Amino acid sequence: MKNMDSVVCTFCGCLCDDIKVSSKDDGTIEIKGACANGKGHMEEYDPSPVSPAFRGEPVSWDKAIGEAASILKNARSPLFYGLSSTASEAQRKCVALGDRIGAVIDTTSSVCHGPTGIAMQTFGEPTCSLGEAMNRADFLLFWGCNPMIAHSRHFTRYSLMPKGRFVPEGRKGRRAVLVDVRETPSAKAVDRFLRVKQGCDYEVLSALRALVQGKSMEAAEVGGISREELVSLAEEMKGCRYGVAFFGMGLTMTSGKDLNVGQYFNLVRDLNAHTRFSVIAMRGHGNVAGADAVLTWQTGYPFAVSLAGGVPVYGPGEFTAVDMLARHEADAALIVASDPKAHFPAEAVAWLDAIPHIVVDPAFPLTARGATVYLPGAQYGVDAEGTYYRMDGVPVRTRAFRERHRPTDEEIFDRLLEEVSR
Amino acid sequence: MAEKENSRNCVLITGRTQAQTKGMHLGKTGDFYANAVSVAVMHPEMFKTMGVEVGCTLRLRSDSGEISVRSESDPGMPADMVFVPMGPVANRLVGPDTGGCGMPSFKGIRVEVTPE
Repeated sequence: MKNMDSVVCTFCGCLCDDIKVSSKDDGTIEIKGACANGKGHMEEYDPSPVSPAFRGEPVSWDKAIGEAASILKNARSPLFYGLSSTASEAQRKCVALGDRIGAVIDTTSSVCHGPTGIAMQTFGEPTCSLGEAMNRADFLLFWGCNPMIAHSRHFTRYSLMPKGRFVPEGRKGRRAVLVDVRETPSAKAVDRFLRVKQGCDYEVLSALRALVQGKSMEAAEVGGISREELVSLAEEMKGCRYGVAFFGMGLTMTSGKDLNVGQYFNLVRDLNAHTRFSVIAMRGHGNVAGADAVLTWQTGYPFAVSLAGGVPVYGPGEFTAVDMLARHEADAALIVASDPKAHFPAEAVAWLDAIPHIVVDPAFPLTARGATVYLPGAQYGVDAEGTYYRMDGVPVRTRAFRERHRPTDEEIFDRLLEEVSR
Repeated sequence: MAEKENSRNCVLITGRTQAQTKGMHLGKTGDFYANAVSVAVMHPEMFKTMGVEVGCTLRLRSDSGEISVRSESDPGMPADMVFVPMGPVANRLVGPDTGGCGMPSFKGIRVEVTPE
């Protein structure tokens, strides 16, 4: 039996780094301390070697790499998409590959917190680390997110429950409010739940900004929330010692999108005239924040980047994957550690199915079904080590607790880069 | 769209569920995942006003497509809303228009809900 402490779970943006793993002599493993999502992520992955495939048939790695390189070299408008569940070392190599062949590179951010990136560029993001939230925050605002399901240990590790340096009472020392369109399991964990009418987030945020700025409000309700509730929330936020506002897809996926997030950032900025307040996006995939970071330091932009003209050009709506596929503008695709056939609108999926596409993924996602080339790499955080970025932008070195029999994504991109450069 | 006698015009939102995530870990090509993402959730009162039982098959139709899924109830849902877990089934109802920002509207889609 071999025990390993402080293992990092790479499933979601929380990157919990306190997981205990026991590897037994019979080859089985026991995971302690992870949530159901993390446990499933680490336990269900089988690190046995898997043959790559070409047109659904197992082939050698040489053959698979050769076919993949041929698709990429012959494409006139190749699209790279995903990158959010692989290590930053691999992301860096993938960007180099895209640069070499003049690809468009988009990450899962575009159907996640892409609007947050646009809002950040437009309005700025007054943010902090999860450590600051844990040690200082006596008020927490959650908007359009459901941590109990999507980030199951967020409440216990970083926000609601932990005892912090300036919040020694833990849960008793914090007030928490959730704003959402439906009463999710997370509503039961907070002190107050406010139901906003679907699609009215921008209006409610605008009303809150006005109240925080000291303006009066005549309307009896805005977006389904009464004036009394809004006034009381504004006063509570202004009166806290240190507030942190978290938010999720409830703002980015609903009408208003980047403008909703911009208004949320502006509310936090306004609150800093009265107290200390910060905002953190609830990033979903384990290393989606890393994908943003790597693309930004390599090209200057976080997602939706075209390298086709030899210089990086940024274009949400133009170089984002859903738009390119729905408009039939991509003639080949490289899908990395993501599953657009599960998460894109059907019309975009139909075009992806119609063009040659390569899938690099340790699992066999829906996108691998029908893929021209399938390249199964190792799973970072299980049988490979690498760097992941937590949702607050803090880099964390992941550890491997199983023996590796597969190539890493980084090695796969190295080989592809070598092959397309011949 | 005009409302038929036992159909309702609702707003669709999609999102993560525990079962959808579990199915993802077990394998998206497996039955558990397919089952986890093939469900529509509404407030209990919606079933009463439509004159059907929880568990019945519902047909959801949007401008982009149509799906038939089993139903579940959740008192946490608003009356005029239907929730379908994120995934390939819900995405048949989602249009590809991103409004120039890259993000389709996965939440806030007008759908007609009809019992089968």
